[in-house]
Amino acid sequence: MYAYDELDRTLINERVSEFRDQVKRRLSGELTEDEFKMLRLQNGVYLQLHAYMFRVAIPYGTLSSKQLRRLAHVARRYDRGYGHFTTRQNIQFNWIKLAELPDALSDLAEVGIHAMQTSGNNTRNVTSDQWAGVAPGEIEDPRIWSELLRQYTTLHPEFSFLPRKFKFAITASAHDRAAIKVHDIGLRLHKNAAGETGFEVLVGGGLGRTPFIGKTIKPFVPGRDLLSYVEAILRVYNQYGRRDNIYKARIKILVHELGIEKFAQEVEEEWLQIRDSALTLDASVVEEVRSRFSYPVYEKLPHMPDELKKAAHDPLFERWRKNSVFPHKVPGYAIVVLSLKPVGGPPGDATAEQMDAIADLADKYSFGEIRVGHEQNLALPHVARRDLPVLWQALDKIGVATPNVNLVSDIIACPGLDYCSLANARSIPIAQELTRRFANHDTANLIGRLHINISGCINACGHHHVGHIGILGVEKNGEEFYQITIGGRADENAEVGTLIGPAVKYGEVADVIEDIVEAYLALRARPDEPFVDTVKRLGVEPFRERVYATR
Amino acid sequence: MTSPLEQKKIRITGPSVVTANRTWDGAVIWRTAAHGWSAELADAAIVRTSDEARTLLAESVADDVGAIGAYIAPVEIKNSGAIKPGNLREHIRAEGLTIDLSVPA
Amino acid sequence: MPLVKNGKIATDTFVHVADDAELPGDGAILVSAARFLENPEAILRRPGKTGVIWPNNRDVDDLVQYLDRLAVVGLVFPSFRDGRAYSQARLLRERHGFRGELRATGQVLRDQFMFMLRAGFDAFEVKKEADADAFANTAKRYSVFYQPTGDGRLTALHQRMQLRHSESASQ
Repeated sequence: MYAYDELDRTLINERVSEFRDQVKRRLSGELTEDEFKMLRLQNGVYLQLHAYMFRVAIPYGTLSSKQLRRLAHVARRYDRGYGHFTTRQNIQFNWIKLAELPDALSDLAEVGIHAMQTSGNNTRNVTSDQWAGVAPGEIEDPRIWSELLRQYTTLHPEFSFLPRKFKFAITASAHDRAAIKVHDIGLRLHKNAAGETGFEVLVGGGLGRTPFIGKTIKPFVPGRDLLSYVEAILRVYNQYGRRDNIYKARIKILVHELGIEKFAQEVEEEWLQIRDSALTLDASVVEEVRSRFSYPVYEKLPHMPDELKKAAHDPLFERWRKNSVFPHKVPGYAIVVLSLKPVGGPPGDATAEQMDAIADLADKYSFGEIRVGHEQNLALPHVARRDLPVLWQALDKIGVATPNVNLVSDIIACPGLDYCSLANARSIPIAQELTRRFANHDTANLIGRLHINISGCINACGHHHVGHIGILGVEKNGEEFYQITIGGRADENAEVGTLIGPAVKYGEVADVIEDIVEAYLALRARPDEPFVDTVKRLGVEPFRERVYATR
Repeated sequence: MTSPLEQKKIRITGPSVVTANRTWDGAVIWRTAAHGWSAELADAAIVRTSDEARTLLAESVADDVGAIGAYIAPVEIKNSGAIKPGNLREHIRAEGLTIDLSVPA
Repeated sequence: MPLVKNGKIATDTFVHVADDAELPGDGAILVSAARFLENPEAILRRPGKTGVIWPNNRDVDDLVQYLDRLAVVGLVFPSFRDGRAYSQARLLRERHGFRGELRATGQVLRDQFMFMLRAGFDAFEVKKEADADAFANTAKRYSVFYQPTGDGRLTALHQRMQLRHSESASQ
């Protein structure tokens, strides 16, 4: 957990003051909407269908219990008692009033939370592996570097008016839980032969209208050169990214149009001029930031404590444990995922009461720390295995222990037409229906790991392109239709899914998904052949046949 | 529904209203015949030709302090004279979410 | 359109000369890049200072050789949302060492003053009178800066390093 110092606190307070003044000038008419819109976006304030939406940053998905309680307070005081966790480790409130925003921001600033640059044509929340610092086999904690990047990109005077939004993600594990390959800049932390920490840098990944998998621009940038190298990339993009067409303005288009070699050359030329500048990260500077990350003082605990042995006879507990509990790098501890995908519920939402309860549980069982994943679930990262049974009972009581993590009903969905003014179709009711169809846990376990992603429009906030099954809402003659893709993946083998056939109506989507799953169960080579592998092996044809045979 | 934020030409095909969001709190509002705004669809001024629509929209957009994001939206006029939203998007704006937020424990 | 220099409204001693207008016999002038590059030596030989307005979609490289003879370089924000001039400004100041007046033109609004100052601008053709009046206050909005630019302000990282050194020194 990163501890803000006086400087960090001062900056976010200065930002709150500035925004308070900007809101005042907007409401008095001194600022027109045209002048104000970009300013409010730079503070995470969108206009949605029936209200403003407020997107709060959760840097690299790490929260303290105090911070989570404050989010609950914002939900209660300024909103309608709930929040939505997003695919970029942020939280969104859907009913916020512009006039009350400065107060909400001020309340958040007191606990070191801000909403800077969660929207707008600037550099957004630097996301990371939600299991950073605790995942077994991790090379080193990527959050140190995420924090260095966060500070570097915050209110950067040169890059606050880019051609379009810019997203970073960092991973430090072999298995990429941060989806770095579909980010504008993806960073894979690793060590070179000499044991130095550095990054494979990928650029130009992204979803939306034109999905691209990121390309490696440099296989190893030493840690000390990270910021200067990123500055070079951003400077090339700021100057040459397209500004004539918002659908062609992301860096992925520039990389595509120039080609990765030419783009890399441009960046290298620029970088050579700035590589030994004030941006160089000396070991002492990195240490300074690292020193303000605190880590739990773990006890020496057994892997199989008595409490766990006793609870093993409870089939419900076992079912949850086998699904939602993951290995921790420290023996005797575990990472516990809290499913925010209850049967029939809107995916990724939590009520203020749930947030408060989770904060209390974090204090009791997780050294006061919570994580937010881009799959829209939460996690308690430091749970002693002996506490698992008692924790489970508490989680179950508040409705965040559905044992469906990574299964078919662990759906990732954007807010869709129920909330969002960009949407063509609804996504949440589709997700809700699917959780009902696949509510049976034995069936879900039989199916195995299967990620369904739903986006209500081509902006792809639900990341449908990289879903094992992707569902994209479109509009035809005023009716909601959905295109279905299969075979996408977001991890280190990232791939865009393939369309299986013509779009289907709202009322048919759940049936189609059931058909796809049935086809998979019939076609898989072995019970443990994952869905994505079956699709890779057989292609979409057998699935297409099955789905469209009677349609 | 294709976002009306992408409306370029104004051409209406039936009775329409101008709708927007209130600046200070984001609430959904409709332009009235009395050159103001109301949070009730029933109070909305109805336009029936593209020219009327353009005029009403222009006047609405001019109120930059009170309202943001004004655009033209279709409505249905029932036999009773009641004004109803003309598509799903407008229905959601007028009536709220189509989903049940409360989840059985 | 008020000009702000040194934190307050100032008289603009430079005259914008349109491409098709005759250059005045003397006095400080601002001309477009296209006009300047047609005959730079002739323009620079004039009595009176020269300033060039450089478009934001052209590399500043072509201007570099003249920098030491230019009193003003004007960069352009066609919309306040178009941030290319920020990169141009930093390159002119930090890479090419331009010491003359670096002027922001176009849609120059209060809420971007801080970014512009940090990028190296020191003169502003401000769109709104009220914004020009508020300049001095606006420039004081922030006291903490995370990243280094050529403006000489100490970054947060460096302030922390200094603090650490003085702490360990006093131990």
